[in-house]
Amino acid sequence: MAVTDRVQSPPPNTDQRGSRDKSVKRLAFSQKVSKWDVKLSPYLYISPFFLLFAITGLFPLLYTAWVSLHTWNLIGGQGKFTGLENYEFVLAQPFFWNAVGNTFSIFLLSSVPQVVLAIAIAAVLEANLRAKTFWRMGVLVPFVVAPVAVGLIFNNLFADQAGLFNELLTGIGLDPVRWHSDSLASHAAIATMVNFRWTGYNALIFLAAMQAIPRDVYEAATIDGAGRFRQFFSVTVPMLRPTIIFVVITATIGGLQIFDGARVFDQAGLGGADRQWQTLTMYIWELGWGQRNFGRASAVAWLLFLIIVIIAMANFLITRRIANQGGRR
Amino acid sequence: MSSIPMIEQTAGKGAAQRGLGARRRGAPGGTMRRPGFLTYGFLGAVILGSVFPLWWSFLVGSHDSSVISQGVPLVPGGNFFANAATVLDSIPFWKALSNSIIVSTVTAASVVLFSTLAGFAFAKLRFRGSKALLVFVIATMAVPTQLGVVPLFIVMSKLGWTGSLWAVIVPGVVTAFGVFWMTQYLRDALPDELIEAVRIDGASMIQAFWYVGLPAARPAAAMLALFTFVATWTNFFWPFIVLDPSNPTLPVALQLLQAAHFVDYSIVLAGAVLSTIPLLLLFAVAGRQLVSGIMQGAVKG
Repeated sequence: MAVTDRVQSPPPNTDQRGSRDKSVKRLAFSQKVSKWDVKLSPYLYISPFFLLFAITGLFPLLYTAWVSLHTWNLIGGQGKFTGLENYEFVLAQPFFWNAVGNTFSIFLLSSVPQVVLAIAIAAVLEANLRAKTFWRMGVLVPFVVAPVAVGLIFNNLFADQAGLFNELLTGIGLDPVRWHSDSLASHAAIATMVNFRWTGYNALIFLAAMQAIPRDVYEAATIDGAGRFRQFFSVTVPMLRPTIIFVVITATIGGLQIFDGARVFDQAGLGGADRQWQTLTMYIWELGWGQRNFGRASAVAWLLFLIIVIIAMANFLITRRIANQGGRR
Repeated sequence: MSSIPMIEQTAGKGAAQRGLGARRRGAPGGTMRRPGFLTYGFLGAVILGSVFPLWWSFLVGSHDSSVISQGVPLVPGGNFFANAATVLDSIPFWKALSNSIIVSTVTAASVVLFSTLAGFAFAKLRFRGSKALLVFVIATMAVPTQLGVVPLFIVMSKLGWTGSLWAVIVPGVVTAFGVFWMTQYLRDALPDELIEAVRIDGASMIQAFWYVGLPAARPAAAMLALFTFVATWTNFFWPFIVLDPSNPTLPVALQLLQAAHFVDYSIVLAGAVLSTIPLLLLFAVAGRQLVSGIMQGAVKG
C-alpha cells in the first residue's frame, strides 16, 4: 500500500551549538516543506498528462461539436451558425452510411481473429522454448513496419492482376479475387494489414500478463486434476481478464478509426471508385481537407466519436461477462 | 481451429515448468520438458507470416518494373540501388528521415519521463482522489482524441505551427497508455519498503522518485520508450494532415512516393523497404535488450 502517510520528517537538526530556538524553527520549517512535498508532489507528477489531455485531447473533441454546428471552411474559417444542418446533410449522404458499413466490416474482420490469434501465440510463446528471445522478437517484427508501408506492400500482394495472392489462387485452380473492386474482398485485404501489424504486439502484451499469473494458482489447478486445456481456459484466460478487456477496447478504438492502410490501398486514397473501402476517418478527411468543409467533417467526427463510445462500452460489458463466466466454471 | 491443440500442449507445459520456479528457468539439464515440434511449427509459421511481406517488398523493390509485370522471381534482382536512387530523387527522403528521428526521439523521451512520474505517483503515493484520477486516465484511453483533428488543425494554424514538427511533437509528449503502463508496472516492481527507507533517510519526494522510482521502472521504461518511438515513427494520420509535403515524416513521404509513381511497384516498394530499414536496425539492437529487460523485470522480488 501507499507509504506516504507513514513517512517521517527528515532527521532533526544535529547541530548542537545552534540556539535551541533556531533549531526548532528550522525543524518546523522543514517539516512544513516535507508536509507540502508529500501533499502536492503526487498532483504535480500527474499534472502533465492532465494538462496535455485537456489541451490536445478534450478541448479539440468538444470544440468539434461546436464547429459541427457552423458553416466552417478550411480557408475561410468560421461562418454562420447553422444548427444541425451539417448533421442533416451528412446523415442523408449514401457515402456516410457506406463508410459506416465499411468501417464496421473491416473492424470485425480484424479485431476478432486478432485477439484470438494473439492469445494463442502468447500461450505458445510461454512454453519452455529454445531461443525464446528470437521467437518473441520475431512476432514483433511487423509492428516496426509503418502502416503506410504495410498498406503499400499488401496493396501489391493483393493486386487484382498478377498479385501474389491471386497468382496462388489461380495456381490451385480457383478464380482470382477482385481485391480492389469487390467491397468485402477489399475489407478482408485491409483487415489483413491490420492483423499483420498488431497480432504480435498484442501477443506480447498477453504473454506479459500470462507470466504475471501467480505460479501457485497453476499448482493448485494441477493438484485439483485440471488438464492443460482446462487450465488454459479456467485459469489463464480468466486471469487475463483485465488484459483482454484492455486489448479489445484498444483494438476497437483503433479499428474504428482505421485510415492508413485503407488510404494507400489505391493511389487516389478515397476508398476506391465506388468508395468500396472508404472508412469513416477517410470520409472525415475527404470532407475536411478534400472538400475543405470543416463543419461537415466535424459532424462526421462527432458521430464517429459517439459510435466509438457506444461500441467500446458494449465491448467492455461483453468482454467482462465472458471472462467472468470463464472464472465461475 | 488449428491453434487449440497448441494451446493445450503448451499451456500445460508452461504451467508444469512454472512450478520449478523462475530461478531454475533455463538451467541446463533441468527436469522441465521442452515443447514438441508442433509448437515450433506453429511459431515458425507465425514468424514466416511476419517476415514474408518485408522479404516480398525487397524482392519487388530489387527488380526492374518490366520484370515484375511478368511475375516476381523468388530471388532478389540487382536493381535495388537504382530503384532506391529513384526514391531519393522523388521524395525528400533525407529530410523525412531526420524529421522522423527528431520527432520520435523527443516524443519517446518525454513520454517516458512524464509517464514514469505519473505512474510513480499513482502506484506508490497516497493522495486524495488518486483512484478516481487513475480511472479517469484509463478512461481517456477509450477517448478517440484523433477525432479532434479539425479543431486541433485550427489551433495549430492559429499558432502558425502547421507544417512544423512542433505540431506533431506536442500532442504526443505524454500518453494515457504510458501512465497506465508505468502505474501497473511500478505497483509490483517497486517495494514500498524501499521508498519508506529513502524517505526516512530524508529524501524528498522527487529524490525518492529519482533514486528509487526511476531505476525500478527501467525495464518497463525501456519498453515504453521503444513502443513510443515506433508508434511515433509509424504514425500517419495527423502528420499527413498537418505537415507539408516539403517537410514530411517518413510515412507521409512514402505516401507521396505512391502518388508520384503510382504504377511502378518496384519504386514504391523499394521506398517501403528504405523507410523500414531504420526501424529494423533499431529493432535488431534494442529489441533484444527490450525483451530480456521485460523478462528480468517480470520476475518479482
